[in-house]
Amino acid sequence: MITTDICIIGAGPVGLFAVFEAGLLKMRCHLIDALPQVGGQLSEIYPQKPIYDIPGYPSINAQDLVDNLMEQIASFNPGFTLGERVEGLDRQTDGSYIVTTNEGTTVHCQVVVIAGGLGCFEPRKPEIVNLERFEGKGVAYMVKNPEQLRDRRVVLAGGGDSALDWTVFLADVANEVTLVHRSDTFRGAPDSAEKVFNLARQGRINLVLQSTITSINGNGHLQEVSITAKDKTVMTLAADHLIPLFGLTPKLGPIADWGLTIDKSAIHVDTTDYSTNVERIYAIGDINTYPGKLKLILCGFHEAALMCQSAFRYVHPDQKLSFKYTTVNGVPTF
Amino acid sequence: MIQFTIEDRNGERQPIEIPEGINLSLMEVLKASEYNILATCGGMALCATCHVQVLNGLETLPEPQDTELDMLDTLPDADSDSRLACQIRVDDTLEGAIFRIKSEEPV
Ligand SMILES: Cc1cc2nc3c(=O)[nH]c(=O)nc-3n(C[C@H](O)[C@H](O)[C@H](O)COP(=O)(O)OP(=O)(O)OC[C@H]3O[C@@H](n4cnc5c(N)ncnc54)[C@H](O)[C@@H]3O)c2cc1C
Ligand code: FES
Repeated sequence: MITTDICIIGAGPVGLFAVFEAGLLKMRCHLIDALPQVGGQLSEIYPQKPIYDIPGYPSINAQDLVDNLMEQIASFNPGFTLGERVEGLDRQTDGSYIVTTNEGTTVHCQVVVIAGGLGCFEPRKPEIVNLERFEGKGVAYMVKNPEQLRDRRVVLAGGGDSALDWTVFLADVANEVTLVHRSDTFRGAPDSAEKVFNLARQGRINLVLQSTITSINGNGHLQEVSITAKDKTVMTLAADHLIPLFGLTPKLGPIADWGLTIDKSAIHVDTTDYSTNVERIYAIGDINTYPGKLKLILCGFHEAALMCQSAFRYVHPDQKLSFKYTTVNGVPTF
Repeated sequence: MIQFTIEDRNGERQPIEIPEGINLSLMEVLKASEYNILATCGGMALCATCHVQVLNGLETLPEPQDTELDMLDTLPDADSDSRLACQIRVDDTLEGAIFRIKSEEPV
């Protein structure tokens, strides 16, 4: 079990900055995010867009802001569990919490901070008969460990950049790679599209265009994929793995079941410290709501600072918090 | 007045009337009419949570630009009549059109 002072759910910009504010008050943090990378909406939706309303930066690229936040918090050594979704929250008799993920990771903490933004980014699932039955049994929506696909028969579906990139990458790893796409052109990066067409010409991958996967079958584990072409002809392909890559979409998910006061997918908080209706649980950033709420990074940063001042009493109950400017003592480290 | 029709996720149709000359996107009209769509990116063709299917009037709409087509390509349920509501300006090209909300219901 991981032990920490504050468990932060969501490693978006607000969750990341909360580590800095907590660190100044000598509180350790562990962050959990369902995405395989940190940065939340900035890294997932708009990494290349410039942001103009971060104080001190007339303009900063979204991914650069995330990278800078990571640099800013590095000295506080936060722990990260990425690619796992927080599902369970169990209150202990002493008031502390155990947070559990879908992969069974457990974090014991004094305070829980929900910085979950729009919720979990979950894969967009195509309509394929039996799809969910084979999840974890051949069907996956992201490639976590390409080595698991070595020498296997892999079918990918989709027409965006990730479908193209993984097709190119897996051509050298898997035994057989098939890419199924609904159209006959790819609108992803032209360079990647060309690589995919070249690999197909060389016979190193199968490219099935103007087609969609309609059903899958197997005996306990995925064994075959049925593909229906635009002209309604159906072909069946032997396969060990199917990876539909149609991007991610946010869903509030398990947070909705934790007894918090929720209105239109947002958690009600007290604006004096961004605490929720449940003791020791705070909500900051896009996930919370209060009169006048603005969904801006700037506002989430402010909320993180006030939250930490309040959380201090649970983490260091025997100490009195006296506010000092960061410039007085410098940035302490663990 | 520009008149078009919205079909919600339950298949129910409702006519909508918008005064001419209003500089709004179809996504903004849907949100203002309290349809339950996320439109996470606020209309930048980055999230696809404003996906609609054009049941009538596709040919009269201005052609989609590359950014819109790129995004539609990433959707599992997009077809040749799919559009992003945030990329459609509300003007007289929408007269008589019928749009079905295709994006998933936010939860
Ligand atoms: C296109 C676009 C442009 C924008 N431009 C600006 C701008 O210019 N300026 C500005 O200030 N704001 C802008 N925003 C808004 C800004 O991105 C958000 O305010 C900000 O990302 C909120 O940060 P957050 O950390 O609260 O949440 P998010 O960035 O949404 O991060 C939340 C994280 O929590 C994770 N999560 C949620 N639930 C769970 C769970 N149960 N288990 C594990 N992980 C979970 C998610 O995977 C996600 O990574 C823009 C947004 C978009 C979409
Ligand atoms: S609102 Fe995001 S793509 Fe239309």
